[in-house]
Amino acid sequence: MAVAIVKERWTNKVLEMTIGQEPNAVKVGGDSTLPFLHFEGEMPNRPVVALEVWDMEPDNWPAILTEPFKGVLDNPVAWAKKCADYGADMICLRLNSAHPDQMDATPDEVAATVKAVAEAVSLPLIVVGCGVEEKDALILPAAGEAISGQNALLGCATINNYKTITATCMVHGHNIIATSPLDINLAKQLNILINEMNLPLSRIAMDPLVGALGYGVEYAYSIMERARTGALNGDKMLAIPMICFVGQETWKTKEAKTEDNEEWGAQARRALLWEVLTAASFAQAGGSIFILRHPESLKLFNNNIAAMMKQNS
Amino acid sequence: MALSGLQIFKQLPKTNCKDCGQATCLAFAMALATGKASLDQCPHVSDAAREVLDSASAPPVALVKIGVGDEQVELGNETVLFRHDKRFEHPCAIAIPVCDTMGDAEIVSKVDAINKLVFDRVGQTHRVDMVLVCACSGSPERFVEAVKLVAGRTAYPLILKSEDPATIEKALEVVAAKKPLVYSANAANYQAMAALAKKFEVPLVVQGAGLDELASLVEKVAELGCKQLILDSGTTELGQVLTDQTQIRRQALKKFRPFGYPTIVFASNEDPFQAVIDAGVYIAKYAGIVVIDSVDPADILPLITLRLNIYTDPQKPIAVESKIYEILTPGPDSPVYLTTNFSLTYFCVAGDIEASRVPGYVLPVDTDGVSVLTGWAAGKFTPEKISEMMNTCGIAGKVSHRKVIIPGGVAVLSGKLQEISGWEVLVGPRDSSGIPSFIKQRWNA
Repeated sequence: MAVAIVKERWTNKVLEMTIGQEPNAVKVGGDSTLPFLHFEGEMPNRPVVALEVWDMEPDNWPAILTEPFKGVLDNPVAWAKKCADYGADMICLRLNSAHPDQMDATPDEVAATVKAVAEAVSLPLIVVGCGVEEKDALILPAAGEAISGQNALLGCATINNYKTITATCMVHGHNIIATSPLDINLAKQLNILINEMNLPLSRIAMDPLVGALGYGVEYAYSIMERARTGALNGDKMLAIPMICFVGQETWKTKEAKTEDNEEWGAQARRALLWEVLTAASFAQAGGSIFILRHPESLKLFNNNIAAMMKQNS
Repeated sequence: MALSGLQIFKQLPKTNCKDCGQATCLAFAMALATGKASLDQCPHVSDAAREVLDSASAPPVALVKIGVGDEQVELGNETVLFRHDKRFEHPCAIAIPVCDTMGDAEIVSKVDAINKLVFDRVGQTHRVDMVLVCACSGSPERFVEAVKLVAGRTAYPLILKSEDPATIEKALEVVAAKKPLVYSANAANYQAMAALAKKFEVPLVVQGAGLDELASLVEKVAELGCKQLILDSGTTELGQVLTDQTQIRRQALKKFRPFGYPTIVFASNEDPFQAVIDAGVYIAKYAGIVVIDSVDPADILPLITLRLNIYTDPQKPIAVESKIYEILTPGPDSPVYLTTNFSLTYFCVAGDIEASRVPGYVLPVDTDGVSVLTGWAAGKFTPEKISEMMNTCGIAGKVSHRKVIIPGGVAVLSGKLQEISGWEVLVGPRDSSGIPSFIKQRWNA
């Protein structure tokens, strides 16, 4: 019996975004169907993965996570090179030193680090601030200026600080991460506000503030599915790639931090699977850009993506 | 497609007798349409009308039961493609295989390991669901021995895997009363397998090579009188599985009857890491049963957690128990944090207290599992309710100070709470991620 394959008639597709410069630029988005449904539409670009680099030595990472970066954790340039060696598509430089509770680094100080990393590696850069909205509004313009014209991805812009960050992206030719807390309407609103400042939608990536496995995966998962079906059904303000900060969420969970024990098994295996399964779930929900921390997770997740990207009937 | 209230109304007696408890037949029809009433509540509905209504309301994915008693697995009854459209009904079952070529001692130790895969999460117990026994030895006698051994060692329902009807029959003669799932009926053996499933009244997997063959086989098996079916589209290649699972669910929702059953998928990637990740994809994407060969808790815990997340009802937030939680062994000088019992809120607060490295107590006030601002707006997170919890939970006996930290989002509560509870109220950060810096700067008992 021949089964008539059911295909949805989507009316719209996700905008394609380019990050970085040729020949090392990466492209994301462009999807005209739900993730990996090759029988129904196009998925011209596979999801891409960045590894995280900090501008100061992390003090609360478990040993299994610091081990692969031994000797480079206090040196963002060497650390970024190491990530390139591990096969990352992009570097995600996190400017933690600017946090008022950390070193409260100045805009000039972090800009110098950003510039040094950009000069040392050819991979496209994602530059994220320290997470304090006011401070990020000061440091991201300096960071964006330091790598002017390099088509990086800057964030995270929130409803409270998007104006200065958007202006920086306009002036210095970068893309922006628009972050909103687990709410599709707030996400859409922020995309509209940024777009109204004349930054093209194709230069905005949406960050739904994902949680890790066991810590609210389902909320972001459903918001991403709703955003993607909305996009494919014609909502242009949602038709942009989504970015998932999976590493930062995974590595603060009890499951990733608890050492080997009989009930939960070996820490290394458990933690890696926690990071990769979180990422793989969000890839199924429509994530395009993934920020991971462990190089082994990068490898495992890339294998999963490669298998998912294989064309089938 | 489900019938509308008016379509249902046309089938009802229209006597407005109120025997169903509703004021009118129309009100009853509306309640039926929204799932708030059951047709059994109307004593006067005609058999003809019942048949029309039953078949229209039959779920697009049949409910299939495997096993008996407390460990029985129910699958199916699914009604949506996306969990946000309503919810996914019956969590995907996780099955772990044992093989009859293994020695008895090896089988026993693997089954014991399977039995031990039990995890506690958000106050609930989560575990694997089934054991698959595979007839790899080629000897029916050995298979029966292995099945007996497993059945005597675990309460979980079994899946009996052999393509040889004679082998399956021997095993069913021993364990049919436990309602195992038979794997599988295929193009070559479906008549004999369907006869066995009918004779022993057990559920049956229908396996086709691809969707087309699967659909034909299901029709044939259903015609032979088997209704408790599980579908296998015959592929283990990750991308093809996603395609097939998506098609089967879509077709079922369009009431293409041959695909109106739950599915089974084997996560049989040779790389054991990738097998777990594949299984995760299948859990997210419609599989009814996922078979994975691992008894390592490091593999199974993430899968069970993902399943819990995906199958959580989006309309019913998960709540944690409202009691004192101790983070990092706090003492009499440790800070006390108030929040709500929405599990995600609680986990964020608990995680950020842990990150602060300053031990503390968390008191999640029972707000029916809604978040801080929602709870406040709905009158469920009030100074009265908060101080009631503080008074009854025993926190006063645990700490020597009388200070309590409330979420910054509800700073407005601080005056009243201070007045009612008699405790000094500190206004914490709006977002729990601000706890580490808040506590460093503001806390001294």
